Amino acid sequence: MMPVISVLGYLLLAPLVGGLLDGLDRRVSARMQGRQGPPMLQPFYDIKKLFSKQMIAVNSVQMLLNLSYLVFLAVAGSMLFAGADILMCLFILSTADMFLVMAASSDSSPFATLGAGREMIQMMAYEPLTLLMAVGFYLATGSFHVGNIIRMPHSAVLVMPGFLLGFMFITAIKLRKSPFDLSTSHHAHQEMVKGITTEMAGPTLAVMNIAEYYEMVLMLGIVALFFLNEHWWSWPIAIVACLVVFLLEILWDNVSARVKWRTLLDGCWVVTLLTGGLNGLILMLVR
Amino acid sequence: MAIIPILIGWPALMALVIPLLRDPRVRGRVVYGGAAVLMVLAAFLLGAWLQGGGGIVSLCGSVPLIDHLMLAGEFALMILIVVLSIKYKKYPVVLLSVGQTGLMAWSELTCPVESPTHIQLDCLSMLMILIVALVGGLICIYAVGYMQAYHQHHKDYQDRSGFFFSMLFFFLAAMIGLVLSENLVWMYFFWEITSVISFLLIGYTRTEEAINNSFRALWMNLLGGFGFAIAIVVAAHTLHTVQLGELVAAKATIPVVLLAMAGLTKSAQLPFSSWLLGAMVAPTPSSALLHSATMVKAGVYLLIRLAPAMAGNMTGMTVAFIGGFTFIAASMMAIAQNDGKKVLAFSTVSNLGLIAACAGIGAEETIWAAVLLMIFHSVSKSMLFQAVGSIENSLGSRDIEDMHGLLLRLPRLTYIMGIGIAGMYLAPFGMLISKWVALKAFVDAENYLLVIFLAYGSATTMLYWTKWLCKLVSLHHTKVKVTDATHPDQYLSMYIHAAATLGLCLLFPLVSSRVVTPIIQELYGTAHEVLSMSVLTTMAIMLVSVLFVPSLMFLLTRSTHRHYVPIYMGGINEGDNTYFTNSFGEPEHLYLSNWYLRFEFGRRRLMRPGVIISAGVLIVMLCVIIGGAV
Amino acid sequence: MKKLAKSPWLLHYDASSCNGCDIEVLACTTPKYDIERFGIINTGDPFQADILLITGGVNAQCESVVKQLYEQMPNPKVVVAVGICACTGGVFKDCYNIKGGIDTVIPVDVYVPGCAARPQAIIDGVVKALEILEEKRRNYHENKEEG
Repeated sequence: MMPVISVLGYLLLAPLVGGLLDGLDRRVSARMQGRQGPPMLQPFYDIKKLFSKQMIAVNSVQMLLNLSYLVFLAVAGSMLFAGADILMCLFILSTADMFLVMAASSDSSPFATLGAGREMIQMMAYEPLTLLMAVGFYLATGSFHVGNIIRMPHSAVLVMPGFLLGFMFITAIKLRKSPFDLSTSHHAHQEMVKGITTEMAGPTLAVMNIAEYYEMVLMLGIVALFFLNEHWWSWPIAIVACLVVFLLEILWDNVSARVKWRTLLDGCWVVTLLTGGLNGLILMLVR
Repeated sequence: MAIIPILIGWPALMALVIPLLRDPRVRGRVVYGGAAVLMVLAAFLLGAWLQGGGGIVSLCGSVPLIDHLMLAGEFALMILIVVLSIKYKKYPVVLLSVGQTGLMAWSELTCPVESPTHIQLDCLSMLMILIVALVGGLICIYAVGYMQAYHQHHKDYQDRSGFFFSMLFFFLAAMIGLVLSENLVWMYFFWEITSVISFLLIGYTRTEEAINNSFRALWMNLLGGFGFAIAIVVAAHTLHTVQLGELVAAKATIPVVLLAMAGLTKSAQLPFSSWLLGAMVAPTPSSALLHSATMVKAGVYLLIRLAPAMAGNMTGMTVAFIGGFTFIAASMMAIAQNDGKKVLAFSTVSNLGLIAACAGIGAEETIWAAVLLMIFHSVSKSMLFQAVGSIENSLGSRDIEDMHGLLLRLPRLTYIMGIGIAGMYLAPFGMLISKWVALKAFVDAENYLLVIFLAYGSATTMLYWTKWLCKLVSLHHTKVKVTDATHPDQYLSMYIHAAATLGLCLLFPLVSSRVVTPIIQELYGTAHEVLSMSVLTTMAIMLVSVLFVPSLMFLLTRSTHRHYVPIYMGGINEGDNTYFTNSFGEPEHLYLSNWYLRFEFGRRRLMRPGVIISAGVLIVMLCVIIGGAV
Repeated sequence: MKKLAKSPWLLHYDASSCNGCDIEVLACTTPKYDIERFGIINTGDPFQADILLITGGVNAQCESVVKQLYEQMPNPKVVVAVGICACTGGVFKDCYNIKGGIDTVIPVDVYVPGCAARPQAIIDGVVKALEILEEKRRNYHENKEEG
């Protein structure tokens, strides 16, 4: 019964939580820049508006690919929240991402194609850490199953702090934060306009945004996985930890400039090896 | 079981008959018939074997006549190699060939070993026969239409289609013989035939490049064959047996490591990968046959056979390292390729690396993964090769850059490509599940290096497939009309492959429990469920969803009214999506290129270090292992 | 304020401006003026914009571009001409290459005069545009329901 409630909760609440977090993000960012910033509910106003706009498109498949992206992200998140296999969840996550890349490439437009190419590089940059992280959980807890991982006597973070560090590093990619917001951008006057979302208008963009909210909650869910254990008090700690990680990402976003793809790739791979790789090696040796 | 000699003899007979037929139409019919009969024979064998209760069937006790014929055959092959080598001035090859044939002859004459069984049929060889007969047969059918179109496109090459088909069938016969052989001397004979035929097929066009590449393939495979020959000699002199099963059971170090080396050369692992990459000059059916279903699979077949003897020792670690290293190195180099067949070649090398790594670990789980990878890879890769070949015949190019927007130009071939590519790396198709199990098994085997190889290699694998897929689905309208030059027989073969790819994924739980588990049972004596049934069922559901979700979304969004506008090009489109106004005010064609990252992942940058590292490790480990065992 | 009024996204295009007005448009996003507190985002992508903000008069070279960008914006949408050149052509009106104000090419809803237009004036103009946008949205949905 618990998994069903948890999955339903994720499916219904993730867009709301994601939207609120986005609103928080925009407000905190504005404050960091000395501005007042938009209201907390701004993301919801945006989505409401996008749905009320005319449906313009450059081809007939973009919407269906975007919807597939949404559905697969929801499936990947549901697997995490249902307590299923985390490795499978991550594989589905990359399948979902691939639909987004395909949606962008289907436009055959210069900016979207550029964004799609960079998105693929980003996927290549973060993928090793996600796989190693799943292995790390397996080494630390003896199971790939989320349901078992959260029932351990001690939080996983105690033995895998390196993985958490590495995961925070690559979460900047997934949350589309500077310095790793290569494939799309939240600011105007960029060399690649809006990257993968350049040709997405109105409802299509709204679908993409909702999917991003699902993804955001999924990523924070994985952060929480590092902190949860069998004790009830681990839950508030996990939630606080998620918020701290999220705020750190915002801080990083605001203090760093975008890097080139080469730096992104080298950075992520080296950090993966140094954090996840070493942490995993130690875990395997002491097992 | 009288059907076994027929199964080997029939394709050999076809190989003799086909060159005599001059009329292409008659020849085409005969090839159809030959391939169909081969498939039916394989099915009959399966039926007879199942009726006999499956299990291990041993045949051919003592047959000195055939032994002598094989020795004569080996000398014939040697003479052929020597003549061709001298003709094309490739003298080192002569040494390799004469050396190993002489070695074999000397061993057989001075130290004859009684062999209780020469031929053995069990689950693994049955599976291989089915793959060889079905995939190989379909490739022959595909080749009928392909070779016609090929010679229409390439008028400068001499049309030797008769010879080509003859070699294809001969190859199938050798492959079936190889997987059935339990006696190593017999297996060596078939092994040599596959080496020589691949050499002849690669050199089909007789261009300078083709000849050079074919000789490279030959010397590398002969080197592996040399290792094979030494292994037989050592086994015969020290252990007085040339039975593969007994060697594995005895865990004889030196023969096993030499056989494993032969397996690595045949499956084109680093440092021997370049022969497979060079083999892409040959017409596509031979690429499909050599690099998907048969030739390279012979290498990993041998490795899987040896797996129980490699579990947990130095030999296994070496093979696993070479395999894992090849997996990541080849998948990185694939990123920098824009030639469709080259990408497929690198991907083949990379996947075989994964299979070799699994075999090297030698645990039940890894063998489970290895066998499944082999099944899925054979079908998907053969289909991809055929699709690329057909696209090349229609477009006149196999450059991935030229496949931009192929979905609108050659929709049917694009769908086939799409299924093949998805089958190669997407969740939850078979390849990925096998990778998943492999990852878990690597952790359990405490081989962290392989875990890292797999994690990074998966990422690079994803990049080269995704960017190819994206190129195909770009909805780019061009004014150039393309006519689909694909023959119906080519489509027949590709459709069956596509159906098989999807079917295998849907029936995944069944394939796992009915096919793979018995193989493990035979190799290890025990077998437990690697994946629980509920996991497998989830997988099947996921697969349905991958197919179902986009189709559902298609139905949902089909009726929505859209207002179509041109793409965004800073407002300077020339009215359509293909031209824009440049800074001189002239119309300019839009050209979108993929990322290739040549400076980072190019073959020029990675190949040499890769070969040096792997060759170094291989030589050092060979010395250590053999030195330790002597 | 209603749906659109709460989240108007801008596309800023420089037709043939001297960059004076463009600097002022960018000034609106700085902490001092902070247009994001109204939910306004400068998107730079016609597909996602509700308001087209144009500076400078239209010349022969950018005429088709202006038309195309306007075409690529989804309905409902409004156009704000920022600066005197965008409104009428300004001092360049009689130049051989200038067609005149933006309204010679596409319908303009709000004119913001000034050389250069002050940020306060631009924000005022955008807020005025929001009312028109809301009206257009109502008409757009009524039309959609009818036809």
